[in-house]
Parts: sequence; structure tokens; C-alpha cells
Amino acid sequence: MALCTGEESWVDSRTVYIGHKEPPPGTEAYIPQRFPDNRVVSSKLIIDTPTSPMTSGLPLFFVITVTAIKQGYEDWIRHKADNAVNQCPVHIIQHGKVVRKQSRKLRVGDVVQVKENEVFPCDLILLSTSKEDGTCFVTTASLDGESSHKTYYAVQDTKAFSTAEEVDTLHATIECEQPQPDLYKFVGRINIYLDRDEPIARPLGSENLLLRGATLKNTEYIHAVAIYTGMETKMALNYQSKSQKRSAVEKSMNAYLIVYLCILISKALINTVLKYVWQADANRDEPWYNQKTEIERQRHVIIRAFTDFLAFMVLFNYIIPVSMYVTVEMQKFLGSYFILWDDDMFDEEIGERPLVNTSDLNEELGQVEYVFTDKTGTLTENNMELRECCVNGHVYVPDAICNGQVLPGAAGMDMIDSSPGVEGKEREELFFRALCLCHTVQVKEEETVDSIKRGIHQGKSTSFYISSSPDEDSHMEILNREDEMERFELLEVLNFDSVRRRMSVVVRSSSGEFFLFCKGADSSIFPRVVSGKVEQVRARVEHNAVEGLRTLCVAYKKLSQEEYEEMCHLLNSAKLALQDRDKKLAEAYDVIEKDFILLGATAVEDRLQDKAADTIESLHKAGIKVWVLTGDKMETAAATCYASKLFHRNTQILELTTKRTEEQSLHDVLFDLSRTVLRQQGSMTRDTFSGLSGDFQDYGLIIDGATLSAVLKPTQEGSSSGGNYKEIFLEICRNCSAVLCCRMAPLQKAQIVKMIKASKEHPITLAIGDGANDVSMILEAHVGIGIMGKEGRQAARNSDYAITKFKHLKKMLLVHGHYYYIRISELVQYFFYKNVCFIFPQFLYQFFCGFSQQPLYDTAYLTLYNISFTSLPILLYSLMEQHINMDILKRDPSLYRDIAKNSLLTWPTFIYWTFLGVFDAVVFFFGAFFLFDNTTFTSNGQLMATNTQMMFGNWTFGTLVFTVLVFTVTLKLALDTHYWTWINHFVIWGSLLFYVIFSLLWGGIIWPFLNYQRMYYVFMQMLSSGPAWLSIILLVIVSLLPDVVKKVLCRALWPTTTEKIQNADKLYKGHLSEFTPLSSLHAPPLRKHDRPGNDSQIHTHRRSESSPTKKLMCTYWGGKPDYCTFSSFLRLGDNPRFSGAAFAYGAPGPETSV
Amino acid sequence: MMASSYNAKEEDGHHSGSAGLGGAAIRSRKPDNTAFKQQRLPAWQPILTAGTVLPAFFVIGLIFIPIGIGLFVTSNNIKEFEIDYTGTDMSSPCFNCSQSFSWNSSTPCKCVLPFSLEQPFESNVFMYYGLSNFYQNHRRYVKSRDDSQLNGDERSLKEPSKECEPYRSSENKPIAPCGAIANSMFNDTLDLFYIDPNGTKTQIPLIKKGIAWWTDKHVKFRNPGNNPNLTTVFIDTAKPVNWRKPVYELDTDSENNGFINEDFIVWMRTAALPTFRKLYRIIQKKNNMTPTLPRGNYTLEVTYNYPVRSFEGRKRMILSTISWMGGKNPFLGIAYITVGSICFFLGVVLLFIHHKYGNRNNSSDIPN
Repeated sequence: MALCTGEESWVDSRTVYIGHKEPPPGTEAYIPQRFPDNRVVSSKLIIDTPTSPMTSGLPLFFVITVTAIKQGYEDWIRHKADNAVNQCPVHIIQHGKVVRKQSRKLRVGDVVQVKENEVFPCDLILLSTSKEDGTCFVTTASLDGESSHKTYYAVQDTKAFSTAEEVDTLHATIECEQPQPDLYKFVGRINIYLDRDEPIARPLGSENLLLRGATLKNTEYIHAVAIYTGMETKMALNYQSKSQKRSAVEKSMNAYLIVYLCILISKALINTVLKYVWQADANRDEPWYNQKTEIERQRHVIIRAFTDFLAFMVLFNYIIPVSMYVTVEMQKFLGSYFILWDDDMFDEEIGERPLVNTSDLNEELGQVEYVFTDKTGTLTENNMELRECCVNGHVYVPDAICNGQVLPGAAGMDMIDSSPGVEGKEREELFFRALCLCHTVQVKEEETVDSIKRGIHQGKSTSFYISSSPDEDSHMEILNREDEMERFELLEVLNFDSVRRRMSVVVRSSSGEFFLFCKGADSSIFPRVVSGKVEQVRARVEHNAVEGLRTLCVAYKKLSQEEYEEMCHLLNSAKLALQDRDKKLAEAYDVIEKDFILLGATAVEDRLQDKAADTIESLHKAGIKVWVLTGDKMETAAATCYASKLFHRNTQILELTTKRTEEQSLHDVLFDLSRTVLRQQGSMTRDTFSGLSGDFQDYGLIIDGATLSAVLKPTQEGSSSGGNYKEIFLEICRNCSAVLCCRMAPLQKAQIVKMIKASKEHPITLAIGDGANDVSMILEAHVGIGIMGKEGRQAARNSDYAITKFKHLKKMLLVHGHYYYIRISELVQYFFYKNVCFIFPQFLYQFFCGFSQQPLYDTAYLTLYNISFTSLPILLYSLMEQHINMDILKRDPSLYRDIAKNSLLTWPTFIYWTFLGVFDAVVFFFGAFFLFDNTTFTSNGQLMATNTQMMFGNWTFGTLVFTVLVFTVTLKLALDTHYWTWINHFVIWGSLLFYVIFSLLWGGIIWPFLNYQRMYYVFMQMLSSGPAWLSIILLVIVSLLPDVVKKVLCRALWPTTTEKIQNADKLYKGHLSEFTPLSSLHAPPLRKHDRPGNDSQIHTHRRSESSPTKKLMCTYWGGKPDYCTFSSFLRLGDNPRFSGAAFAYGAPGPETSV
Repeated sequence: MMASSYNAKEEDGHHSGSAGLGGAAIRSRKPDNTAFKQQRLPAWQPILTAGTVLPAFFVIGLIFIPIGIGLFVTSNNIKEFEIDYTGTDMSSPCFNCSQSFSWNSSTPCKCVLPFSLEQPFESNVFMYYGLSNFYQNHRRYVKSRDDSQLNGDERSLKEPSKECEPYRSSENKPIAPCGAIANSMFNDTLDLFYIDPNGTKTQIPLIKKGIAWWTDKHVKFRNPGNNPNLTTVFIDTAKPVNWRKPVYELDTDSENNGFINEDFIVWMRTAALPTFRKLYRIIQKKNNMTPTLPRGNYTLEVTYNYPVRSFEGRKRMILSTISWMGGKNPFLGIAYITVGSICFFLGVVLLFIHHKYGNRNNSSDIPN
């Protein structure tokens, strides 16, 4: 190819194909080239930002980074945990061989082999086990916290496939429901194809389903098939359903934010409008000395106005405290460690610390108005002790406490009434036999019997004789009193459930007789009894219930062979049903369990927890309403309530129970009650509220589950009266200091919480419980607290906070909650305040710079104000502040009322803070303004080697305002700090020092990377001027003055309780301990080991007196009749002698109630 | 109080220790007990009460009032004279100049204003020019400069920052110094003459050096290149459009020429508010015997170059002595006196309240 002239000098060439036609082949290869299309782009929509993008962007970037780091850290931890789970090896059977695979590669339908002590990798259907009978033992401790071993059954027709090769030959399909979160429900069917016949269909139930997360125990290996994997497993489904809770503070924070957003927009709007009004004169818009560029001139006025508006938004955007969210986040995150670290909440017995599952609700602990507590395990120890048993009307009392431990033989039983006749003897025998047989205890071979942790029924049974071992499953060996062995064959178990409230077993004795033993709550047994000494037993049961003992009735019936077979048929058909199996089973049970002969009853005591009464009393004094929600019967629950000081001697009890509603209509009862309550309310004066003292009658309400559902049930007619029930009920509840709801189903607990939550004051609710049945209410309440107790950890895992003892609730709410609330409310208000102080001068400056969006402060100051000059002091304040000593907070629960109802974040306080900010900003700005206006603001030139006076420019003006601002805002916080540790000193003075050093540095050098040097030596020049110093001091003092005066005046004239206590604390420093309540002087709570000595004494005492422990309590300030000496039981008047005695023998914990 | 709670804890520990062998193991799992973690760091716990604030208020009052009086007296002792020479009035000598202003006129317009000082001005006298309604703090104006050009950067000299638009280049040459601020530099010339009682007119020597910040003149502003001949340095640049002469002809003194001309530096420091004054010249004290400016008649001769009529601005000439606290500024003194008296008054009020309510409070702390 010939080169044209000049072609060789081309640097880079382009080949253009004319008409986009490909060149003839043979020339150069066709390389399609991309040229830009013929569009010319020269317009740019530039928002002329008054501050550099970095200035606005950096704080945001900072915020995002910090949040991202926190979230990322948490996510990383989760990811690591996930990985560990996902990669752990599982054994899968493929082609008759055992293959190792990573857990995440598991597919539905894989046959998995799990060995002892391994965790199930997904939800499995049990096919076969190493045992011939096809059972295996599983502990679901990590799932629902129940550490007991549960038995699961392999499918009958597959249990023979016990080796890998055999399993591989299995040919079957499984039909089952889609994944559901309910852990205890499962319905399915397996079709097994044997020898190409019609498939054999077998039902599958939850007893065949091994859940992910559970652990295989006591079984060598199992084979099972995966049916739900990954996120479809029941565990994962349960995990997801946990919802996010938001605190009340967060809600007010967001409300404030909206107000500030409105302020921001209106500020920008006002300035934009004023700008265009002001600029109407061309000479103002564009004076000769300040011309616009051609592009600016050509822009349409609407676009200009819009960009101006946006520019103002950029300029004022700092009024929205973006960094507040980070600070709040950090405060919550770091602050929650104080709960973890708290020594007082550490449990020595089980060596557990409190758990903080979410830190978002810290401050909500200071706002609680309603506490819903479970009874068993929460208020009480859930440590069952047999008190007595009553057989056929004869009462037997053990002379030592069983505590779930086995007594050597039956020697522990002391016959009080030791003259049972022959017939009695027989009944007695049957009674104990029933107790021994009618339970589901499984004992591990290698463990001793007394290590079994049991629920009520089982715990008691074990305390007599025992034993069943997994090897001889259906046979129970019984050691009777003469140490003879008796063998019974267990035929059927009719499991316990909370609806029936009873369980039964069918056994065949060695003599071939069929027996059905049943035990359960009195209410579910008595109606089914046909003979036996019903009256005596019933009397005894009621007597025991009043004393707060849990009672259980035992009954039996003899079955003939035919009856048994009929029963078997009934049960089997129910069990095999694919649909409504539960319902059918319940029907079958109902048919079977009737026509009993009553044997007797047992009474078990559940001790109140250490300091439970004191805690409840404190909560009451703190203005918190305590509701006890329990499944127990009314009498038992009421007794516990008296013991735990929920009801006082002078509490007027209002009953809303089925018994009453049977007599009157619900409507009448409700109106009756509300009239009683409201009459009282009318006469109630204000001071009774503050003091909780004296003659003001407080009411306690008792309601049972059935009535409650009647109250809550919307009437069919939809008439007005129906809807009113709920309102009237709420009205009654509002006026009761304590409410006891008994006979509650788990779901009803959540319903109650929901109802209170939705009532018109929207109170903050707290639910506390320990068992799986409390989970629903824990999740429903604003704050859910789990107790890590005997009934496992399911409550603890679903809670927001978990503690070990009910008594820790006191410190949690009264101290931690109070502090967190005080801290965060100051944090929120202060953040808004300091940003108003920061931005309002900029707003004012616009009026003096022709609304040109000229920033008052330098870029560096704009950027760093929220990040470094003022952020640390408030963060540390919000971690360290203690306006009152924590001992006083604990001692004087009424202080909690001072912060109730979000009182530190009300609109008036918010407006006060905002106006304070505006006032300060006005002082800053106009202080500097008058200083600069029309005068020579000069610096003494001595320092600067020339003896001249110099003019200060706009940057000096801004720096002066900014200096005053930083000092004022920091000192304002210093004035609010009540607790100056070295950390506070360090951070507050350090921040100010940092500001000064930074400014010196920032102005001290010509920074090469900046394209402007406007701050060069500005700060130094300012500091070298006397008037600048004088005005900084003056302006700082003037800005702080009103707040100080307001605080001092309010404290002197209208002090709150908190302030009074603060004053007193200061005044009586060191002497205040004289006023300490007696409780803190008491001996520390009794430990187990030093009990035996006087145990029998106490208990004999109790028996003979049938009276509970006394509780001695003095008030903090002394002399309120209310809490002086006070018996938790109604009968104090009968035996004053006793209360003295109880006190005398060393007050083994005044809190130890019966 | 704190001690008692600690005691209780120790007892607790004692009990658990004796509870059994497990005690030791359990204790080791217990969180370590530092004062910080238990939120029991030793702390100073001040409370703002009437009692504690009282002394502070009195002290502030007692300190502020004397300072305020001092400032007020000092400020009043400062002598200041101000004359407006804008020429908006028909009667004003500068009326003609202000009316007939045109950027192109080659002959400068001059006007002479007579004035008299009632009192002699002792010590150094500072001469200012003041402008009103001149928005030196307008954003478009404030940013319209190139600091690196002014710092002597050669590249910026050839290619000034975009911020300088529309004062960035003229006739295809970069403007030096660029930007709106430089372009609108104040260029009136003010001369002061003393009229002796016998009628002779003597010019008062005005010193034009030492009016800018030392750091500005020596560090922040620098002429480009090392060539002392500024004409060659600025050869490829254009003068700002509204200037009458290029930057290298601002002064004959090479130490005060080009970018380091002090009048220029003073102008480049943009004022905070639309009404401002800037230092123009210094009249130095001759000796201790005669006042710097004796009382009597003076004339101010103005070379009227700077138009302000279009934006309704005003031009003033101010003569002022100074004190340790700068120029005349009654505000600070008054503010100090006011704040001091308010504090004192509040102190009295609080004393009263403290007396009346304080005792009641302390005794009624214990709620009954």
C-alpha cells in the first residue's frame, strides 16, 4: 500500500468502513471499531454546592463505615458459625456404603447415619437404630432447652434395616406436610414397597421426626432420611420468626428527626425565597464587582432556584444529626456490656452471667409499666418438694425434703395417721404403685438416679421408688417397700398435655391384671371419678392449694381384657389417622379416661425464689404493675401471690372467675367491679400517687383463663356491650396494682400482653418467664426477659435479655434500665441541641451575605464538628453517667417513677432543648456580629513582630463563632455530667484541647493538597487578639447562663424526687447509710448447704402452724406502716408470737418464703 | 454506703466459697471485678444547686463588671473620626465624581473634602477606608480567587483556577491576579493635608507598609518566580479588567509590588459583613511633644476611582487611634457590664431562694 504524504506522521489511525460495508477479503482483517455517536454533550447540571462534597460526604461516610464495621463484625461471626456448621462432615449412605459429605451438600432424600453424641444435620425421619426395637434417645437441649432424654421411634417396618447395606435396599416414599415452624407437630406418611406388592402405608408423627439441632444420646447410631434441609428445617423456621423490636426512645428519636427535617426544609425554602426577593434588584444580584459567568446567566430561573434550594439543603444538612445514629448504636452496643459484667447479676450457683440478646432495648428497661411474670420457675424455684400425700383421706408427711432426690427406701414416709386398715393398706399400695408407674421417666444406665432433672410429676415419682432403664423399656422394675421386685408391663402411655392436664398409663401386672393409672390436676380428675373418698381428698387438696402447694390427684381403674382391647383399637385408629390426629387422639383419651376410682392426692411445694417478694415490692413501689400469668389453679396461685407480696393484707381482691360468672352474668360482674374501682379512684388524691402510702386502697384482680377469653371474645351480635367488655376490663386493670391471671394457656398469655400493649396509653410491657410456654408472651412484650432455669433455655433464647433469677429483675430495671434511659435521653437531646447550635448561625449568616449560601465555618470544621470535636464527650457521658448512686436507685424504687412515660423525651423538653440551641446560636452569632460590626476588631501586634492593627475577615468571624460553639457545647455537657470519673475528665478536656491543637495545626501550615489557604494563620491571629479572648469568655458564659439558672431554679423551687435525693445524698454523705433499708442489713441469702440444720425445725414449724415465713421489711425512710412488719399471709394476726420467732432464729433470709 | 455494699458482696463470696469444692471453679467463670465494669469508678459528683452556683455568680459579677467598665472607658478614650465621601448629595464635593464615573475615563476625577478635628489624636493614628453594602462575603465572590496563584505558583499563573470565572482570562491571556476579589480591588487614593491656622497646607505622611498580616505578606502571598523584574514575570498575563494598571505597577517599591502589595493583601482578606472597614494607612507618631494629628482643619483629597453608586454603597474615610483592645468598640464593654450585673442580680435572687427554700428542701428531703 502506498503511503500518502504525511501519513507516516499519524500517531494512531482509524479505519472507516464506508457504508458499513465489509472490505473485500484479502485486505486487512475487518476489525469493527466503535466510534462515539454524533451526540454532543456540553450541558452539565451542576448543583453548585456551598461546601465541598467531601465536607458533606465525610460524616456520612464515617457513619456508614462505623455501622458497616459493626454490622460486618457481627455478620462475620455469624458467617463463621454458619461455615462451621455447613462444613462439618455428615455420613451419608450411598450404594450401600457410608460416605462422608459436607453438611451443606446434604439433599432431601439422603439417608444419613448419625452416631452417638452427634447433632442431627437436618430434619430427619428415623428409619432404624442400633437397637432392635427401633428407638433412640435424643436430647433437645439446644433446641428447646429440655435436657431430658426423649425417646423417638423408628418406623415399624423399617426398623430392621440396621446396617448400611440393608438400608440401601429400602424402597419407600415419604409424603409429608410442607415445612412448618411448630417444633412439636408433624404429620406424614411413608409408603414402603416390599417385594413389589402394594405399598405399606405407615403414619409418621413427631415421634419419628428428629429435629436439626438435637443430639443423639445413648444410642450407638441411627439411620434416618432427610426431609427438611437448610432454611426449611424447623429450627431455621423458628429462628426467622423473631421480629425486630423498637424502643420508645427510638420512636421519639424518629419523631424529632421528622421535626428537624421540616425545620431543614423550611429553612432552605425561606432562604431560597428571600434570596430571590432580595435579588430582584439586578445590582444586588450581579453588582459590577461580582459578575456571574455566562453559563450561570443562561440558566433558567426555575433551575437556578431549584439548585439554590438544594445548595441550602446541603449547607444546612448538618442539622440532621447523622452521627447520632452511630453514637446511639455504639452506646447501646457498648453499654450492654455493663449488664454482662455486673457482678450482682452473676449467679454463683450455676455460674451464669446474664445474657444480652439485643442491645436495642437497653433504655426500654427504664420505661417498663407492666411486668407480666410467669409463676412457676420465675417467681418460684421450680424445685419441687413433696410436702404430703393423702391416701384415701389419710395424710402422710415426709420428714425430709426430697428435692427431687431419692430417699433410701420408703423410710422417708412418716405415717402420721398410722392406722390404716387392711383396705387402706391396699389402697396405699395401689397409690404408690400408681405414682411409680404413671410417669415417663427414663433413667440412663450410667447415671445415678438423683441426677435426673424432672418436671413436677416425674420429679415426685422418682422421690419414692423408681426405676426404669432404657434397656428394658416397657418393663418397669419396682422396688417396693420390702425390697421385692414386682414387674409390670407397660402397655400404653396416654401422654400428658396441658389441655387435658392429666396423663395415664395402662399396665399389666405380673398377675396378668390390667390397670389404668391416671394422675392429673384435681379439676381434671374429680369429674371423672366414680368412687373413692372424694370428699376427704377434695378437702385436703383445697387446703393444700390455699397454702400454695401444687396438688395432684391420682386415680385408677381396673380393665378387663375386652376393655383393654377395645381401648387399644380406639387408640390405634386414632394414631394412624393422617388428618386431625391430635383431635382424634384427644377424643380417644376422653373416652378411655373415665370412671376412675380415686386413690389420693399429693401436695408438692414450689418455693418462692430468693428475694422474689422484695423484688415484687420494689417493682410496685417503682410504679410498675405486676401481673402474674400462670397455668396453675386459682388458690395455689393466689397463695403464691400473697407470699410474694403481690397482694398485701389490705389489698382488696376483686375476683373475675368462672365461679362468679356462673352466679351472675359476666356483664354484671364487670360493671360491679368497675364501679367499685372507680369510686375509689374519684377520691384518690395526687399525693397518694407519689407515696403509695397509707389509706389508699389498692386492688388486686384475679381472673381466670375461661373468663378472660369470654371478656376478650367479640360478641356475635357486634353490639356495643361486647366491645365494651374489653374497655371495662382494661379500666379495672388500670386501677389494680396487681393482677393475677390463672389457668392460662400459653397463647392467652400473649393475648393479654397484646391487649395491654394496644390499650390507649400504649404502656411499655415486660414479660418474664422461663419455660417454653412463656415464649409467646416474651416475644409479644416490648421487652422479653427469659430466666435461665430448670425448664430449659427456650425462653432465654427467644428473649431480649436473659437472667438467672427473678430477683435480678430489680437491678435490671431499677438500676440499669434507669441509667440507660437517662443516658440515652440526654444523648438524643444533646445531639439535636448541638447541631442546632452548629447550624443556626449559618442560617443567620445568610441574611448578611446576600443569601449566597456562603458557609460560615471552614470545611474542616464543618466536617470534624460531629466526628471528632464533640462526639467523644457525649459518647462517654452516655456510657458513664450516673445521676444518682446505684445503691440509692436500688433502695428507693420510687425514683423509677420520675422517668416513667418517657418523661425525659417529651415534646416540652425537646422544645426546651431546641430553643436553648437557638438561643445559644443567636448569642454566638450576634455576639460575634456586634464585635465585628463597624469596628476595628484588631489583634495586638506585639506577638507578630510588627506593631500594627489588622483587619479580620469572614473566616476569622466563622472561627470565632466556631470556637465559642465548641466550648459552649462541651461545657454544657460538662454541666450536665453528674459523675466525673477520670475518663470524663480526660474526654471532655481532651476534646477541647484537641480542637485547639487541631486549629493551630490546620492554620499553621500552607497545606499543599488544598487549593485554598483561607484558614492560614486565622486561628493564631484570633488568639493573639485580646478582644477575641474576652468575647469568647463572655459568649460562652452568656450561652450557658440560662440553662444553669433554669436548672438551679427548678431544683430549688420544684424539685423532683430525684433531685431531692441528690440533694440529700450530698448533704448526708456518709450518713445516708443510716437510712438504709433493713433488707441490705440482713444476712445474705441462705445457701443450700447450711440449711439442713434447722430445716426440719422450720418445716415442722410450718406444718404445725401451717403458716408461712414472715417477712420483715423496713422502709428506706422509715416509718411507713405499709412495709413495716408484715406477714405475707393473711394469718399474721393469729400468731404474732410466730413472727418474732421467725425473726429470732437468725432470719434465714427474710425472703425465704414458703 | 458504698463500703457497706462491698461488704455484703464479700460475704456472698465467702458463702459460695464454702459451698463446696465447685466454688473455686465457679468463681473463675465469674466476670473479673473491676471498678469500671461494675460502674463504680471513683467519681466526683457535683450537683448544680443554688448553694454551689451562688458563689460562681457573685464571682462572675465581681470580675465582669470591672472588666466591662475598663473596656468601656478604654473604648471611650479612643478617638475616632469618620467622613463619608461617597458624594450622593448635591452638596458633596465628590458629587460630580460619583455622577460622572466611567471605567474608561483616562483622567482620574479628584475631589477635596475639608474637615476639622475637635480633639488632637495622640499616638499612632490608623486610617481606614470603609465600604457599606458591599458584599465581600458573597459566596460567588469569596471563592473567586486562586490561592496558589497568589502564592507564586507559576502553573497557576498561566492557568488560573476555574473558581476565578468569569475573571479568569481576558484577551486570551490569563488574568493575574485572577478572580472577582482581585478584580474589584479598592483603588481610590486618599491623601490627607493639614491646614495650619496660618493657611499653609502640609501633607501628612502616610505609611503604607505594615498594614497586612505578617504571615500573609511573607508566606501566603508571593510573587511568582525569582526574577525581581516583575514586568517579565507577568509578561504573558493580562491585568484584571477593572484595574487601571497591571499588578506589577502597584507600587514602585519592589518589596511592596506585585502580589505582595499590602493594599492588595488587605483587600484580599474578605470581610465578614457587608459593611466593613479596611486598614489603609498608618500615621506614625512623630515625637512625644506634639500630637500625631493636632486639632484643627484638614482636607482629604480623594482620587475617585471606585464606583459604589450602582449598588447603593457608601465610602468612608476613618481616622482612629487604638488601645490595647483595638479600635473603638463600646459593645464589648457594655456587654461585660450587662452580663456582670445580671450575674450579680441572679446571685442575689438565688441567695434569697437558697435561704428561703434551700433549708426547707433539705429538711423535707425525707418524704413523709
